[in-house]
Amino acid sequence: MALQRVSFRLRQTVARVRSIHTSGCGHQQEALAAEPERNPEPFSIFRTQESDPAGQSEKHIGQYYTIPPAHIQTVFPHGLPARFQVQMKTFNEGCVMVRPPALEVISYLKKADYSKPALRFLFFWLDGVKGSGKTMSLCHTVHYCATQGWLVVHIPDAHLWVKNCKELLPSSYNAARFDQPLQATNWLRNFRVTNEQFLSKIQTRHRYVWTKREFTEEGRPLGELVDQGIARVKSSSDVVGAVIKELRLQSSQPEAGFRMAVAVDGVNALWGRSSIKKEDRSPVSVEELTLVHNLRKLVKNDWCGGAIIATLSQTGSLYTPKTSYLPHELLGEEGFDRMDPFVPVTVSNYSEKEFESCYLYYQDRHWLQHSQSRTEEGKKEIVFMSCRNPTALERLCAFL
Amino acid sequence: MAASCVRTAGSVLGKYRTHWSRQICSSSALLRKNLAAAGPERFSLEFVQKQVEEFEVGKRHLANMMGEDPETFTQEDIDRSISYLFPSGLFEKRSRPLMKPPAEIFPRQRVVQWGEDRRPFHFLFYTGKQAYYSLMHETYSRFIQVERRQDRLRATGPTDSDLTKPPSLGTSRWVFKEELEAMLVETVTDQDYTRFLQLMECLAALPQAEGEESWVLKHRRQVEVQASKQEVPPLQTDAQGRAYSTAEGRRKTSSGSVVLRDAGSGHVTINGTDLLSYFPVFQDREQLMFPLQFGGLLGRLDLEAEVRGGGRASQAGALRLATARALLSFLSAREVENTRQAGLLTPDPRLRERDKPGQEGARKKFTWKKR
Repeated sequence: MALQRVSFRLRQTVARVRSIHTSGCGHQQEALAAEPERNPEPFSIFRTQESDPAGQSEKHIGQYYTIPPAHIQTVFPHGLPARFQVQMKTFNEGCVMVRPPALEVISYLKKADYSKPALRFLFFWLDGVKGSGKTMSLCHTVHYCATQGWLVVHIPDAHLWVKNCKELLPSSYNAARFDQPLQATNWLRNFRVTNEQFLSKIQTRHRYVWTKREFTEEGRPLGELVDQGIARVKSSSDVVGAVIKELRLQSSQPEAGFRMAVAVDGVNALWGRSSIKKEDRSPVSVEELTLVHNLRKLVKNDWCGGAIIATLSQTGSLYTPKTSYLPHELLGEEGFDRMDPFVPVTVSNYSEKEFESCYLYYQDRHWLQHSQSRTEEGKKEIVFMSCRNPTALERLCAFL
Repeated sequence: MAASCVRTAGSVLGKYRTHWSRQICSSSALLRKNLAAAGPERFSLEFVQKQVEEFEVGKRHLANMMGEDPETFTQEDIDRSISYLFPSGLFEKRSRPLMKPPAEIFPRQRVVQWGEDRRPFHFLFYTGKQAYYSLMHETYSRFIQVERRQDRLRATGPTDSDLTKPPSLGTSRWVFKEELEAMLVETVTDQDYTRFLQLMECLAALPQAEGEESWVLKHRRQVEVQASKQEVPPLQTDAQGRAYSTAEGRRKTSSGSVVLRDAGSGHVTINGTDLLSYFPVFQDREQLMFPLQFGGLLGRLDLEAEVRGGGRASQAGALRLATARALLSFLSAREVENTRQAGLLTPDPRLRERDKPGQEGARKKFTWKKR
């Protein structure tokens, strides 16, 4: 309520100041004329014009910034959560709230020493409540990395790689492993969209032989390798491995000229169990999957010049109790040892300020249609029903 | 010693039993062919009085046998002694030995209404509803009396002292049909009841009916305000000086307790976990919210709850009741009455219906197959 009042008051004063200027002070009229062009959006307390994540600071906490539509196409071809994508379509804009966890990670990334092994950040939630915005914080950080001109290796949901596999082939490279051509091709395609600029710059350091006739010579651009993987579905999983290997090797070297950000959503899938079955109906263990095997190597921080950002999620994970949410519970003993050391970043529910901002944003978008939702009583009801949980709030306000 | 006791008690009881089954009008009943059509047996008033005397004597005997004081020997003691002296494993509870006051065994309906000469005591006996018609008769005769008094006053010219208002009825209501039936010891039909009400209304509306007030009020009952029965415990304060109140509630097999703390931020904890993770279903959270919203204290009180047993819906229901009860301490008397009228203080009495043999469930039948 207080915030709302402040916003009303500010609006009025802004309007008044403008009117005074236009009537009285002639010498400021040019400045005034320039103002609406620089700031075409109406003044609002819950929005920030700072659309570059690098420029955001503590004072922007709780405010929404708009991801430029061009970035949505290139940076997030597959990374945003499904419900957020629907919301983007509805509101005709992609607005993300600036929240402390993402800001914290971005501030670390700004100060990090990239000659040392890659830093690892782990988003997890503190109170055991789902839907507190881990994936959105990860996306915010990825957006920062992308705007800084980093190479982004984004795995939208690692859980999808260990379940519901339509096609499972024994690997041609190592008979003990299994390939998932569909997932690998899909990922390669998105990787190509995300890192268009790097594909021609980076050159392979090894010679890769796919079949008797097909091979990739040393010194070819990375794009050729990726295209090879997309065109030849059978070898796509191995191409993913090759790409990851190249990136790991080259990012460590000072003359590489690029920084790498590895963003993995649901990193606990890498040390969990899979529900994929072999021919003889025995379960495939996770390390037997080529994709997971290579991803584990990437998450291991034996390379320099970049950062690993990961989230833990119970949602979508297999064979984990609903109540577990802490890193050692979800990762398991082995996973925790492999991920150690990491910088823990907790994502909690909305604070009062953040909630207010979100409420105003929904009102601004005419998303709260019920007449009672604009009253003070209605707002209290929304607070109680959603418990200030971002996902619960979104679902509560959404259509039925 | 014990054996002799039992024998004595048995003799007392046996005698009593034989008396109970004795028929006063046995001769005529025997002559009649259809015994079942004669209806339940009837007993004369003297017989019942004699039974009462014998019961008193038997009670004293029993008290002596049990070595207790006959003066303070109550019905509970009698029941206890009988079940001790004559332990019975009979399944049918009514077949077990018993010793009850004769008023319970011989209700007033079954007292004979005619004398030795077979003539009925009451002149309205042949109407079939003598108590009801005598009540109507009495009321109407009083009505006529009042009317006559009015006529007399009108003829002489009334003085101020003679002018009186109809009896004030206050916050009372007419007796219900069931209450009237209990008063008359007869069944009263709906139509009879309506006519009774009409007559009584006429009498009560008459001015100069000062003598009839007691008669009218005899057929009226006081209406109590329901909410005044509601016990509202006063607010308690904890060590930090925060006001709080606790209450319990149950629904189906769930039982829960709630602590409401004042000056909070609307934080909810259930069994130590967050509201959202304990009640992921929207409707359950809504149930819990409603009392607080109705009382207008949403966002002010902190809620801490413990709940056990049952499923999620019944747990939410139990907590809703407990919350509403705990909330009363924070509300004014008027709001408490509103809360009651909104049905927030009413426990939900519904329970799971049992499965039936030969059926799939409580109501559902097995799939019908021709053969």
